[in-house]
Amino acid sequence: MANFRVNGVEYRLDVEPEMPLLWVLRDELGLTGTKFGCGIAACGACTVHVNGSSTRSCVTPVQAVEGADITTIEGLAEAVNGTAPDAPALTRVQQAWIDYQVPQCGYCQSGMVMAVTDLLNNNPNPSDADIDRSLSNICRCGSTPRVRKAIRSLVSA
Amino acid sequence: MTISRRRFLLSTAVIGGGLLIGYAATRPSRHRVANETLAHNGQRFLTTWLRIDPDNRVTVYVPHSEMGQGVHTSLAMMAADELDADWELVTAEQAPATDLFANGDLITGFASEFGLPSFLQPILAASSVKISQLVNLQTTGGSSSVRFTGEHGMRNAGAAAREMLIACAADRWGVPAEQCHTQLSHVHHNASGRSLAYGELAAAAAELEPPENPRLKQPQEFTIMGKAMSRADIPPKVNGSAQYGIDAYSDDMLFAAIRIAPVFGARLVSVDASEALGRRGVQRVIELEDSVAVVADNYWRAKEALKLVKAEFEQTENDHVSSADIWAQFDSDLAAGDGKKDKEVGDTKTAMSEASDIIEASYRVPYLAHAPMEPMNCTVHFHDGRADVWTSTQDNLGIRGRVASVGGLDENDVMMHPVYLGGGFGRRLPFNWNMIDHATLIAKQFEVPVKTIFSREDDMQQDYYRPAVASNFRASFDTNGNVSAWENRFTGPIQTPGAAHIPYAIGNQSIRVVDSETHVPIAAWRSVDHSQQTFFTESFIDEVAHRAGRNPYQFRLELLSEHPRHRRVLEVAAEGAGYGQNLPDGHAMGIAVQESFGSIVAEIAEVSIDENGQPRVHRVTCAIDCGRAVNPDTVEQQVESGILFGLSAALYGEITIENGAVVQANFPDYNSVRMAQTPEIQIHIIESGEALGGLGEPATPPIAAAVANAAYILTGQRIRELPFKNHDLSRSTPVAQR
Ligand code: FES
Ligand code: FES
Repeated sequence: MANFRVNGVEYRLDVEPEMPLLWVLRDELGLTGTKFGCGIAACGACTVHVNGSSTRSCVTPVQAVEGADITTIEGLAEAVNGTAPDAPALTRVQQAWIDYQVPQCGYCQSGMVMAVTDLLNNNPNPSDADIDRSLSNICRCGSTPRVRKAIRSLVSA
Repeated sequence: MTISRRRFLLSTAVIGGGLLIGYAATRPSRHRVANETLAHNGQRFLTTWLRIDPDNRVTVYVPHSEMGQGVHTSLAMMAADELDADWELVTAEQAPATDLFANGDLITGFASEFGLPSFLQPILAASSVKISQLVNLQTTGGSSSVRFTGEHGMRNAGAAAREMLIACAADRWGVPAEQCHTQLSHVHHNASGRSLAYGELAAAAAELEPPENPRLKQPQEFTIMGKAMSRADIPPKVNGSAQYGIDAYSDDMLFAAIRIAPVFGARLVSVDASEALGRRGVQRVIELEDSVAVVADNYWRAKEALKLVKAEFEQTENDHVSSADIWAQFDSDLAAGDGKKDKEVGDTKTAMSEASDIIEASYRVPYLAHAPMEPMNCTVHFHDGRADVWTSTQDNLGIRGRVASVGGLDENDVMMHPVYLGGGFGRRLPFNWNMIDHATLIAKQFEVPVKTIFSREDDMQQDYYRPAVASNFRASFDTNGNVSAWENRFTGPIQTPGAAHIPYAIGNQSIRVVDSETHVPIAAWRSVDHSQQTFFTESFIDEVAHRAGRNPYQFRLELLSEHPRHRRVLEVAAEGAGYGQNLPDGHAMGIAVQESFGSIVAEIAEVSIDENGQPRVHRVTCAIDCGRAVNPDTVEQQVESGILFGLSAALYGEITIENGAVVQANFPDYNSVRMAQTPEIQIHIIESGEALGGLGEPATPPIAAAVANAAYILTGQRIRELPFKNHDLSRSTPVAQR
C-alpha cells in the first residue's frame, strides 16, 4: 500500500512500489495537469513538489514518496495561497505567466511553473546565472525568453 | 495574392435565437438555393462562422487548431473588428470537426500563391489524395491561418454580419441605413439618439440575404486588430486545466504502449507475449501489421509489460542502411545528373567559363525530428457503432476521416473532441497518420476508451522527418570582380517551391534539384524547405561576400537593389543590433535574411565561442515584415519561438540512421535550447502594409546561417554541415573584420 497526500487529500493506494509517481497521478488519480514529456528526467514536464521541493515525477517511484506531501499544478494555488474563501485563485508565478503571456502550446508550463515556484522559494532574488543553473526544463515552443522576463518581474517586485 | 471575392458565398442560419453567419468558398450563386444544394450533397465548404446570441455575446468558430500560436485569439480579433464587436463579449471556440467547417480558404489561398499547399505536396505525390479531398481538411499549417482564413473568411464574415445588423436596425427604426453606425456591439442612430444591441437584432438579421461584397475596413479604421490582446488560451495553461489530447481520461480507460518495427516499413513476423500476459493490469497483447502493443489499465504497466514481449520483425532491404550510405547516395546522385530545373536565369555555363574566379562549396543538413513537447497519442472509444476521438492534431477533420476509414465507420459516426495541442511543428499535420492508425486498430478491440501513447523514444524514432539535404554550390566572379553566376544543385524533393531561390541580383542563375529517395519517411517540419535552403543560401552568399573581400552586410544590400522589403528588414535589424559598432572581445555578428510564407525576416546573431568550441549565441536581433501585425504580442512570441526552434536544430538537431533505424531516442541525444542557452531576442516588426505574411514559420530559417556566419568571422571555420555540436570551433583563426 502506498500512502501519501496529493494537494491535501490523503491517498492509500494499492499500486506497485516501483510505479513512477507520474503515472500514479495521471492514470490512477486522473490528475492530468502533470505532464509526460520524456520519462527519463530529461525535460521537466512532469515536475511536482514533494514536501515543497521540485521533483521529476517520471523517475520517482511511488515508494520514494511514502508519507510525503505532494503538490501538483492543480493544487499549487491552494498550497501557496491557502484555502480561505478570499484566497487568490492564482499564485504570483501563475499571474506573472499570464501578465507576460508566457505559454505557447503550454504543455511544458505545468512543470515550468512548479520549477520556478521552487526556485523562487529557495532563492527569492535569483541572478540570471542562478536561473540558468536551476531551470533546465525543456520548452520546445521557445517560451524561455518570457520565462526569464516573468521571473525578473517577480524578483524586482 | 488576390482571391476573387466573387468566389465566396455567405450563408446564415438561426440557431438558438441567434445569428449564425458563415462564409463559404464556392461558386457564385444565389445564397439560399446554393446553400440547399450544397447541403444536400454534403459539400458546404463553409469556412468560418461567427454567432451572435440574444444576450449579445459573440462566439467565433475557428477552424484551426490552437497549438500555441495564438490563432484562436488572432482570428477572433479579425472577425470582431470588422463586426465592430465589443471585444469583452467575444469568445473563440474551436470549430467542430464537421464538413461545414472545412477549411477551404487555406487551400484556395495556397492554390493562388504557390499552386498547392506546400506541406501537402509530398503526400500528394505519394498517394491518391485529390485536391477535392484536400478542401475537406481542417488543416493548421503553412503559417496560413491568419493570412487566408482570417483575411478572407473571418473579416468578411464579420463585415457581412455588421451590414445585416445595420439593415435590421434601420428597418426597425424606419431610417436609412446610411444614418446608422456601429460601435461596441451596438447599432446607433445618432439623429434620434436610439441604439440597439446586436443581440436584440440577431434573430431578425439572420432572415436577411447576406451581402456578397461587404465593405471591409481600412487599416486606420481598425479598433481591435493591431492591438496586443491577451490570448484566451493562456489562463488554462498556467493551472493545469488545459486539456491536451494526452489528458483524455475516464475511470474505465485502458492504456496502450506500442513497439513499432525499428526499420521503417518492416512487418511484424512473430510475437512471444507469454511473460507479459500474466503481468498485473495487462488486458491484451495486440499484433498489428508493423507493431505489437500491450493494453493495460495503466500506461506504465503497459510499457513495463511491453519490455517483456519478444517480437521479431521481418528483414528488409534497408536493414543495413546507415547515414553514411545516405550521404554517399546523395553525393553520387548529385554527381551523376544535372537534375530538374528549379530556376534558370541567363547563361550560367558561359558566365562560369568566362569567370575570373569561381568559389565552390558543399553543404549538408541532417534529418530532423519534430519532437513536440506532447508525445504523440490518440484516444479512441468505440461504442454503439460510433467512435469518440481525442487527439492533438493539426487537422481534426482529416483525422475524423482517417479513424472512420481505418475503423470501418461512417465519417458522421466519428466524433472529434477538440483539445489543445502540445506543440505541432508539422508532426501533427494530415497524412502523418501512423499514431492514428495504430490507436484506432487497438481501440477497436475494446468497448472502453483506449489511449495509445507513443513514448518519447517511439515519437523520435517513428516520426516523419525533415528531409536531409545535400547541396553543391558554385559562384563566379567576372573580370570586374562582380558576382556573375550562381549555381546550386541540391537533393530533393522540393516540398516548398521557391525555397532555394535567392533574392540577390545575380544575372545568371542555375538552380536544379536532383531526386534521391531513401527509405526514411519525410514530411513538413516548421518552415518546410526553408529551414535547409536558407542555411545553404545565406551561408554561401556570405562565403561569396568574404571571397570578394566585402562586408557581408553591405554586399547583401547592394545585391538587393530590386528588393526594397529585404533591404529594409536588413537595415532595421542592423540598426537595432548596432551592427558595425564595437563588440566585446571574442564576439562577432552574423547575418541572414529570407522571405518565406509571405514574410521577410532578417536576423543578426551576436556570437562567441565557448570553452567547448561551441557557438554561444548572446543576442539575436530580428526584423520582420509581415505586412501588418494582427496581434503584435503574438507576432513577437512566434518570432521568439521560431528563432529558438531553429537554434535548437542548428546547435543540436540530427537524426541519424544505423542499421536502417533511427539512432536518437530521447532529449539527451536530441537536445533543445534551454534557459542557459537562450539568447536575448530583440524584435522589430515592420508594418509595410503589404499582404499579410505568415508568422509561425518565417523566423525559423535564418538563424542557423546567422550563427554560422558569425562563427566564421570568429574562427575562420566555415560550418557547412549541421548541427554545430559535431564541430569543434575552439582552435581557429579569426577572420579580419571588414
Ligand atoms: S517527463 Fe519527467 S522529466 Fe521529462
Ligand atoms: S509552451 Fe510549448 S513546450 Fe513550452
